[in-house]
Amino acid sequence: MINWMPPGLIFILGAFLIPLLKGRMQQAYLLLLPVLAGFILLNMPEGAGYVMNFLGYELVLARVDKLSMIFGYVFVIAAFIGFTYSIHLKEYGQHIAASLYIGSSLGVVFAGDFITLFIFWEIMAISSTYLIWSRKTKASQDAGFRYLLVHIAGGLSLLIGIIINVAETGSTAFNLMELSGLASYLILIGFLLNAAVPPFSAWLSDAYPEATITGAVFLSAFTTKTAVYVLIRGFAGTEILIWMGAIMAFYGVIFAVLANDIRRLLAYHIISQVGYMVAGVGIGTALALNGSSAHAFAHILYKGLLFMGAGAVLHMTGKSKLTELGGLYKTMPITLTLYMIGGLSISAFPLFSGFVSKSMIVTAAAENHLTIIWLILSVSSAGTFLHTGLKLPWFTFFGKDSGIRAKEPPINMLIAMGIAAFLCTLIGIYPDALYNLLPFDATYAPYTAEHIVWTLQILLFTGLGFFLLLKQLGGEPYISMDTDWFYRKGARAFMWFINNPMVRLSSKVNNVVFDIIPSSLIWAVKNPYAVMRIASDTVLLQLSGPDKRTEIQQRIKKEKDMYPGTINIYRPVGLTVLLITLFLMAYLLVYYLKSG
Amino acid sequence: MKKENDFFDKPGNIRMLKILSYICLAIVVVVDFFIPRDHGHYPWDQVPGFYALFGLVACVLIVVMAKTLGKKWLMKKEDYYD
Repeated sequence: MINWMPPGLIFILGAFLIPLLKGRMQQAYLLLLPVLAGFILLNMPEGAGYVMNFLGYELVLARVDKLSMIFGYVFVIAAFIGFTYSIHLKEYGQHIAASLYIGSSLGVVFAGDFITLFIFWEIMAISSTYLIWSRKTKASQDAGFRYLLVHIAGGLSLLIGIIINVAETGSTAFNLMELSGLASYLILIGFLLNAAVPPFSAWLSDAYPEATITGAVFLSAFTTKTAVYVLIRGFAGTEILIWMGAIMAFYGVIFAVLANDIRRLLAYHIISQVGYMVAGVGIGTALALNGSSAHAFAHILYKGLLFMGAGAVLHMTGKSKLTELGGLYKTMPITLTLYMIGGLSISAFPLFSGFVSKSMIVTAAAENHLTIIWLILSVSSAGTFLHTGLKLPWFTFFGKDSGIRAKEPPINMLIAMGIAAFLCTLIGIYPDALYNLLPFDATYAPYTAEHIVWTLQILLFTGLGFFLLLKQLGGEPYISMDTDWFYRKGARAFMWFINNPMVRLSSKVNNVVFDIIPSSLIWAVKNPYAVMRIASDTVLLQLSGPDKRTEIQQRIKKEKDMYPGTINIYRPVGLTVLLITLFLMAYLLVYYLKSG
Repeated sequence: MKKENDFFDKPGNIRMLKILSYICLAIVVVVDFFIPRDHGHYPWDQVPGFYALFGLVACVLIVVMAKTLGKKWLMKKEDYYD
């Protein structure tokens, strides 16, 4: 007897009640949803639950094990924080979209088969797009469309892969796969796109900064982390992911240097941080996979906190560019403090969450003698602190005083940030709270003397570097090209191609088919006999020698001038009989040839 | 209206923070000479202060690389796509 409901469905079905409730009731209901889902999570039995039959295929809506549970827990926590942060919104459309988005993310995490996974995967793409469009600016409309198109393309790759896989194996079960054969490659591409692995990463840094203030907080938590989950579940130990992850970690850091928009800077650091997780999946040892899971957990909390901090600045000032901000510490000290807890967490300072999660992956790389990977990940760590912990807060809250005197954000925003900041610190101080949830069997002790000292050396001397290079590091009013260049400029080139050469070609075809051919036919039937004479004379003109040319030319000219003239049919009866005889002969010939 | 916080606008405070920062930098390097080294994976783990240099070099490397790439290639005017 199943007496519980898959937690994803709580949010998905629950979403439909949101518009029916008003004011305080609606706010209470939004906070109740994650509480209810959390309660269900705590009481779910391990194993496959909610198995259903669909067209002869088995759907598993609730695969419950330690791996799905750790993602389930953090998703529900993120849902609670996100709803707290956005509870002041009167516009219930965003609440519905967020609820569907959370529910479908949970649906993916607990899906035990490909069909269930794909359905929730697509709901995620559509509901999250709404959180971008709700900003209602031209930029957000455009970015939302690009976001949706890219995700539909990724979803199609996944779907084709799933169909081939089901056709080949006869099973829809989603378990650890080997990377061989077209199906596994297509499925992997679908997963990598949602994980924002370059070159499939530009949708993230393109769309997240254009989303609504509250929407970006949800976006930063779910899409990339469900992708990390499915990579752990399906492709743990796939070697190519080690390199992809390391490149990704560095790529995000490099692009973050060039970002001027604070939420774009943070978006690039999502790519960078997810790079660590993807590398961990590729390494594939118990420690590395635990590291990816733990880092996903910690990342959702601190990245949510950072997006909430940046969102608070945008909400209160209406500005999000480093070049337009500065000096906000004077009036927003609480926001600054909470943001800095997120900044120190992502930078992996001792006593904060990143320190106990990221280091598992970096240590796993070292233990497996992946020195270059270790080096890339360590350098990227310095870059993370440089931007998220130093550059962004410096040029937003300190730096040149912009003259803006914005107040602290509404109390619900501060509470949401406070919860996230508390959890970031809790995990840092008491890592076992997180380690007890980890799915694989590996022990790791983050607080050794050398780990603390060496980490502090890297971070503090990065800080020294920052202040030495301070003049180079301010935001600049530019945007940087990313792989979205290919489809943004590509689409423009395509449209130019359609609007110029293709349109010219089509008007030419139009002209020939609907104008030249019909009018010449009409001209020809006015006097077909004369046309034949002109035609035969023209052929004759080509064949004859130079002495007769002028004569034939004159004749053609005369014939054309007279055209159509009076229709002059010689021996009409004879010609008719001749034609009939010819047709009959042709008919006879065809008949004999065919029957013979 | 509440009085604005202007802690970081006073030169005296800034000087104090600077001195504090330098002391912190010095401490993390000096401490490195005295800690046990049981968990190192690489030869450079045995060199005290190595990671301080690593951090500084990494920071400069990232900034120089990114700014060069940006200036030479990636950075465009904000209306580039319009």
